[in-house]
Amino acid sequence: MNRVRLATVWLDGCSGCHMSLLDMDERLLDLADRVELVYSPLVDHKEYPEDVDLVLVEGSVSSEEDLHKIRKIRRQSKILISLGDCAVTGNVPAMRNPFKTAEVLRRVYVENVSVESPTPNQVVPALLARVRPVHEVVPVDVFVPGCPPSADTIFWTLTELLEGRRPDLTGKTRFGA
Amino acid sequence: MTPAVSDVKTLQIDGIDVSAQADQTILDAAREKGLSIPTLCHLDGLGDVGACRLCLVEIKGTSKLLPACVTRVEEGMEVTTQSERLLKYRRMTLELLFAERNHVCSVCVANGHCDLQVLGQAHGLTHVQFPYRYPKLPMDASHDRFVVDHNRCVLCTRCVRVCDEVEGAHTWDVMSRGIGSMVITDLHQPWGESDTCTSCGKCVQVCPTGALFEKGKARLVAKSRDFLPYLAMMREGK
Ligand code: SF4
Ligand code: SF4
Ligand code: FES
Repeated sequence: MNRVRLATVWLDGCSGCHMSLLDMDERLLDLADRVELVYSPLVDHKEYPEDVDLVLVEGSVSSEEDLHKIRKIRRQSKILISLGDCAVTGNVPAMRNPFKTAEVLRRVYVENVSVESPTPNQVVPALLARVRPVHEVVPVDVFVPGCPPSADTIFWTLTELLEGRRPDLTGKTRFGA
Repeated sequence: MTPAVSDVKTLQIDGIDVSAQADQTILDAAREKGLSIPTLCHLDGLGDVGACRLCLVEIKGTSKLLPACVTRVEEGMEVTTQSERLLKYRRMTLELLFAERNHVCSVCVANGHCDLQVLGQAHGLTHVQFPYRYPKLPMDASHDRFVVDHNRCVLCTRCVRVCDEVEGAHTWDVMSRGIGSMVITDLHQPWGESDTCTSCGKCVQVCPTGALFEKGKARLVAKSRDFLPYLAMMREGK
């Protein structure tokens, strides 16, 4: 049997959703028999591969790099799962949205520092004017809200998908859970 | 005293025969029968204003959806409280509430004790299809004990009504119109400088979201609202 090609992606989030993923503990072994982890911050692949079956996306779309990545991810994946409140609603990263990017950078790199350092404008990706939930940028197939969604919720969602069902998360999790 | 026969109306709610007094709303009559209709601005013990539109129901013979909390029962009415169409509109209403201001549940004082959150979950809301607006809204922490965070306000006006109808202070009111509406204290003065506020805290208890909360508590414990129907009952001498 061909194993399902699974990827996990970390955009603008705190990695808490990935922690919750690891919290599945020994159930990770069950999954390991059924999936092949082809891309993830947890493994060492540099390029997002072609033909991914399932991808879990943590984090909102906040920078030029996130935007570039998520478009490529969408093109190269069959089922895209928005994992956690940052991906689903924008959550904490989006709290900067009522302010202009320049104001945010000034606050962080000028007003709030004791030793002034230049605002980075090279190598690091430029911030988008607005942080956006994933589905405002590319179509999303499954939404799993929660900050972070529990290991049980993630495991259940994945096993439903592996069984070929579309998970119905009604009542299972919520924003801020 | 048993009501006169003419004061009693017979109607059907979700196919169930119901009799109700003429001055009862569809919501009252339905709840007496154990039928649940979602509500947000309604609170037992306060007057109803029909602000949130979550309690919309279908009534045979009219294509309009009517709010159950402010629509009186009528003889022979046939009411439907659950349908695909109603679910669609209720969801839409909830999504618009989430998109209108800044709701960041994960870091909200009301997380886990919020009526909006519970309604969202009960209606299977896993995301919001409308673009979030991200308005820039103030917080007022000038009061000794309480804070108002306009980012979380859903304009249900429960605070306005409890302050006016129950406490009799009328510190709260609504200013401006449409999307610019905001609850204010006195003549849009800082809450801490209000001449009318008695610091009773009733508004904080009835607020369904994290918009009104007590200082010094990072997380809300469940609010207590039981005092309201009791007060209302005692005053009416029922
Ligand atoms: S008020 Fe309720 S819905 Fe809004 S952020 Fe707070 S917990 Fe979430
Ligand atoms: S402050 Fe709370 S009670 Fe008052 S209108 Fe806003 S949400 Fe309703
Ligand atoms: S509960 Fe009826 S309109 Fe809000």
